[in-house]
Amino acid sequence: MGEITTLHYLVVAAALLIIGTIGVLTRRNVVIILMSIELILNAVNLNLVAFSRLYGLEGQVFSIFVITDAAAEAAVGLGIIIAFFRNKETVNVDEADLLKW
Amino acid sequence: MFFLDHIWLIPLLPAVGAASMFFFGRRLQKSAVSGICVATVVLAFAWACLAVWQYTGYAAANPGKPFETSLFTWLGTGDSGLRYVVRGGQTALFHADAGFLLDPLSSIWLLFVTGVGMLIHIYSTGYMGQEGGYYRFFGYLNLFMFSMLTLILANNYALMFVGWEGVGLCSYLLIGFYFWRHSASTAANKAFLTNRVGDAGFLLGVFAIAWCFGSIEYTQVNAMARSGKFLIGDPGITAACLLLFLGACGKSAQFPLYVWLPDAMEGPTPVSALIHAATMVTAGVYMVARSNALFVLAPGAMKTVAIIGALTAIFAATIALVQNDIKRVLAYSTISQLGYMFLALGVGAFAAGVFHVFTHAFFKAVLFLGAGSVIHALSGQQDMQHMGGLQGKIKTTFATMLVGTLAIAGIPGFAGFFSKDAILWETWSREAGAYRYLWYIAFLTALLTSFYMFRLIYLTFFGQPRMSPEVEHHVHESPKSMTVPLVILALSSVGAGYLGMPHSLGGRNQFERFLEPVFAREAQVLESEGQTSQVAAGERQVEHTAPLEYVLMFAAVGAAVAGWWLARRSYQNANRGYKEPINQISPRFYKTLFRKYYVDEIYDWTLTGRAKVGDVRLGVLGLAEASSAFDAKVIDGAVNGAGWMTRWSANVSVWWDKWIIDGIGVNGIAILTRLASYPVRLMQRGFVQWYALVMIAGLLGFVFYYLVRW
Repeated sequence: MGEITTLHYLVVAAALLIIGTIGVLTRRNVVIILMSIELILNAVNLNLVAFSRLYGLEGQVFSIFVITDAAAEAAVGLGIIIAFFRNKETVNVDEADLLKW
Repeated sequence: MFFLDHIWLIPLLPAVGAASMFFFGRRLQKSAVSGICVATVVLAFAWACLAVWQYTGYAAANPGKPFETSLFTWLGTGDSGLRYVVRGGQTALFHADAGFLLDPLSSIWLLFVTGVGMLIHIYSTGYMGQEGGYYRFFGYLNLFMFSMLTLILANNYALMFVGWEGVGLCSYLLIGFYFWRHSASTAANKAFLTNRVGDAGFLLGVFAIAWCFGSIEYTQVNAMARSGKFLIGDPGITAACLLLFLGACGKSAQFPLYVWLPDAMEGPTPVSALIHAATMVTAGVYMVARSNALFVLAPGAMKTVAIIGALTAIFAATIALVQNDIKRVLAYSTISQLGYMFLALGVGAFAAGVFHVFTHAFFKAVLFLGAGSVIHALSGQQDMQHMGGLQGKIKTTFATMLVGTLAIAGIPGFAGFFSKDAILWETWSREAGAYRYLWYIAFLTALLTSFYMFRLIYLTFFGQPRMSPEVEHHVHESPKSMTVPLVILALSSVGAGYLGMPHSLGGRNQFERFLEPVFAREAQVLESEGQTSQVAAGERQVEHTAPLEYVLMFAAVGAAVAGWWLARRSYQNANRGYKEPINQISPRFYKTLFRKYYVDEIYDWTLTGRAKVGDVRLGVLGLAEASSAFDAKVIDGAVNGAGWMTRWSANVSVWWDKWIIDGIGVNGIAILTRLASYPVRLMQRGFVQWYALVMIAGLLGFVFYYLVRW
């Protein structure tokens, strides 16, 4: 077994990022899209912490900010979903096409 | 010389009568009207007689000179009048006086115009006594006397033209006297318009004289013409003479301007007698006789006068053979006799022509007034088919009309014989060679004249009565006011002839001698002309041999008797269904004559445009119609076309503006934008994940760009 280097952390973060991105792009359920966005934010957190070992503690501090921000964003996002659901009775993002020409 | 010096009073007296009728005639009683108007003419006649008697004294003292006096200067003054260029390049002053001239020629006319006029005025008091418009009639009649006397007594062509126009006007007013009748007003228009054509010729003739001679006064013109300054056959003078003769054709009813005279019988019978028999129609003859100095210088013009006179004479005589209206027969007879007068003037026998005018005035007046008496007796019947058997019932009328008929037929002893015979003899002796046919025409016309006049007598007075019973019951002789003038005129028809008794019959021919100062010098010119032309033709002039003259006289009398005999054969016992002999021989010829050779119809087709040929009008009215159609279709069509062009180009502009400018320019850009938006708007799917994908794609693009660049 080798050493777990920074690279491993970055790969995991990248993997999470890609999964999150694909989820945002392809999933139909709005809630799942929100969860995918959380995934992306967590990937970023991991990346930040991984690099903080090398370059100082700023990375971890910033990571705390990101987590707070993610929480707020999730709350707001859910609020929008609920408002949208009250209008259209669906959480299928395909059906949110009122701006379609 | 009192009466002579105040000769201008003669026209003035009837003018006063006419003026008083104009101003207050309406309020006068009939007796007052006839009193004033007849008195003016009687006074004029008396004054005329005295003036002529004084003239004979004057002429004895000044041989060859006419008496001339001037009232005032009318046109142009001494040096500030109209200056114009005469032939030859000099300038002359246009000048005409209100001047009066009396010489033998105008004396004759003066006497018979006032004399016959006076008798007809007296006759009219009886004839028109029951009619309305009495004062109007006498006013017009007096106006006519004034115009005619001005015409006769004028000393220049311009004042003569005043009288010329005045008689034309009075003719119009009097023919249309019964203006409520359409036929009468049409006939009046026809007379005036036909006269007008002649008047145009007359005026142009006067202008030609003014151009040739520089003056329009008779004494000056005659002096210049006789001075030998002009060559015989001078084209300017020939033109002037032909134009003057055109005027005479209009006024004196020669071919082709005679058509108004038969229709003029619509007027009352005294009018027909005075104007259209004795006086107005002789105005043309007077004018030609007055201009004799000019005519002898233009042999071509004289030939024209003679030929037209002869042709008119026989033309009108043939039409008169078949007319049924008693006044129409006399109208055509007048045209025919006027033709004789112009024939005489045309061959150079001026004195004979004037003599025929003189005798014709009497016997034609008696015939017309007699016809009026017959019409009066028959309560207005004018058609000879409905007359007959009147010989015993209206004896005075019959006797006087018979005298007139004998005179016009040329039976020896009566006036017409002497004058007609003089014309025939002069025509024979002066015209040899090709122009001898003029005599044959005149001879044949004499036969026809006798025939139709005796036809008139027989149909009117002999045979069985063919009128309706109630008219027959009312037949009565006319009152004294009508029969006395008839008798006087009948006696004159006999006596007047003896004034011109020719030498061959033992007379002294005072008439011709009286006229010598006027015509003698012309006779000399003619003699020289005549000899020249006849020597050129290779013939010798016929000598004044007594035997030949008697032979011709006998032949003329034979023609008259033959005409009487033929008429007697056909019409003496005419009863209700009498047949016209010409109709028996050739109905088509009869119809042509009855319809007056269709001349009126031809005029309506070609000249007046009153009748259409198919659908097209010819003549002046046709020209007017064609011009109007041209104006409406071509000229207005061009104007309308310009408007249409404007509107069409406006439509093109509209189309251009709407489709090209607005369409392509303005709207096109919008459409283009819209079209371009179709592919662009496909980007907006309304699908959130698509937007996210696009964002990420852009992000990756940037990242790879920087990665690869580095």
